[in-house]
Amino acid sequence: MNMQLWVVQALNGLQLGVMLFLMSAGLTLVFGIMNLINLAHGSLYMLGAYLAATLQAVTGSFFLACLLAVPAVMGIGFLIEISILRRLYDREHLDQVLATFALILFFNELVRIIWGPQAYFMAIPGPLSGTFEILPGIPYPAYRLAILLAGLGVASALYLFIGRTRLGMIIRAGSTHREMVGALGINIQFLYTLVFGIGAAMAGFAGIMAGPILSVETGMGEPIMILAFVVIVIGGIGSVRGAFAAALLVGVADTFGRVLLPPALSSMVIYILMAGVLCFRPQGLFPGQR
Amino acid sequence: MAEMERIGNRITKDRLLYLTALAGFFLVPFAAEPFYTRLAGRILIYGLCALSLDLILGYGGMVSFGHAAFLGVGAYTVGILSHHGVTGAWIAWPAAMACAGFAALLIGAVSLRTSGAYFIMITLAFSQMLYYFFAGLADYGGDDGMGLWSRNTLGGPIDLGSHLQFYYLILILLIAVFYFSRRLVHSRFGMVLQGARQNERRMRAIGFPVYRYRLVCFVISGTIAGLSGALIANQALYVSPALMHWSRSGEILVMVILGGMGSLAGPVMGAAGLLLTEEVLSEYTEHWMIVLGPLLILMVLFARGGIYGLLFAGRDS
Repeated sequence: MNMQLWVVQALNGLQLGVMLFLMSAGLTLVFGIMNLINLAHGSLYMLGAYLAATLQAVTGSFFLACLLAVPAVMGIGFLIEISILRRLYDREHLDQVLATFALILFFNELVRIIWGPQAYFMAIPGPLSGTFEILPGIPYPAYRLAILLAGLGVASALYLFIGRTRLGMIIRAGSTHREMVGALGINIQFLYTLVFGIGAAMAGFAGIMAGPILSVETGMGEPIMILAFVVIVIGGIGSVRGAFAAALLVGVADTFGRVLLPPALSSMVIYILMAGVLCFRPQGLFPGQR
Repeated sequence: MAEMERIGNRITKDRLLYLTALAGFFLVPFAAEPFYTRLAGRILIYGLCALSLDLILGYGGMVSFGHAAFLGVGAYTVGILSHHGVTGAWIAWPAAMACAGFAALLIGAVSLRTSGAYFIMITLAFSQMLYYFFAGLADYGGDDGMGLWSRNTLGGPIDLGSHLQFYYLILILLIAVFYFSRRLVHSRFGMVLQGARQNERRMRAIGFPVYRYRLVCFVISGTIAGLSGALIANQALYVSPALMHWSRSGEILVMVILGGMGSLAGPVMGAAGLLLTEEVLSEYTEHWMIVLGPLLILMVLFARGGIYGLLFAGRDS
């Protein structure tokens, strides 16, 4: 029985971890490459969930909704980058924080106008609604397992994309030698838009995956965005690898904290973890190039 | 000479502004319905909080995105004490300031080891931690917060239950803090702080322990924010974790920038500007944030100096 609890909670922790990674990878890429703090990242998560909920209701298929909502959020990401964020790359962090804070207010209200104030609930897609026996005698919800696998899949795809493709190479170069990449004739502006779009798509994807297990409501992206900040502070800002390690660490620590400690204390576990890491390694576990 | 004259002009304009604002706030209860006195009281309290944020932001150069945490700790101290029957303002308010200052000491000690983007995210994260902590205190209302039976008592002939007397007390406290802050930023301590904002490495090379100076400033700022929290708890007779929600920190930050950071009058004007804009917009539509958001973006993109900057254009930052 006890064994079962540990396995299930460990899986829950890992599942939260990959969700956090989907959020923090975009944040940390955008910070590492464009030097932009984007508070509105949580809004993209929220938009992903809302779009998917609507599309699921219209088309009747979760997978089709997913397939349509991800590019939609990516498109919204492109629009935000081109219309507003592009003007903020050279500004102080303070300006970026304020402008993206204003974006959150805008999107929260927009969602309230379009979808109304009540929360939506998405159905877990049929084939994944049951449980899956991971170890003999230990069942686990199939949908949560699917989130875990999908998240790991996206993480590996991102790893291969950044590490093994030509575009990924340019992105890596752009994060360390911005002017040089521009001087070599690469359209930096296009690159930035693309990177932001990729981050937006991942945040949207995280929101879609979270839709069926959480309620879809205004401001749903903000708590996870702040957790993603904790993740990238622990992992080292700008480092995707650091974000991955820290996301899993935070996911597992948070989940076990909730199981083992009283509520007022358990909510503090990851922040204490962050403070601990900062005391010993102020630049995070995997300091990036920046 | 022209330079001197310019400075001379600025000082009189400065003083004129303070006097007008003071007269305006003094006259509000005479001129308008109680609703507006209440609104003006809120403006003053948030002005006090924004002023304290500006000490670390505008003068210290530390972009903290978690200032509402200290507001909330101050408010909860008053709330919890009142819950246990301690209603004397002479005990509750200093206790609120001490608790908020202590929270600022702990958070600052860790956060100030970093700077820049890290600092923003870490202060945000710690304020979220306190939010969850207080939301988890089931004995004190948890998520829903708790009401206070009555306002604190100050003793003597003063009755804080009277909206008028409470309003004037807020005004007096704001003036006192304003005077204290003015002395502070012009003192040696304030100069070191501003020097460290402009060139930290040089200040360190001269031999100033920049970290300690910043930490002291952070604690002072948190303490003042704690006072504003005690006041807000008294005004609303209600405390809840929403007081330290991260978006509240954002609003306080917006107040400072809207008013003009690096000035003491700016944050108060910013508080007035933001709260009045909210009030006016919400007259027209319940979805006023859809207008406020783009307005703020435009402000960030095009009007950097804030209201104070517009009034004193050409002033060196």
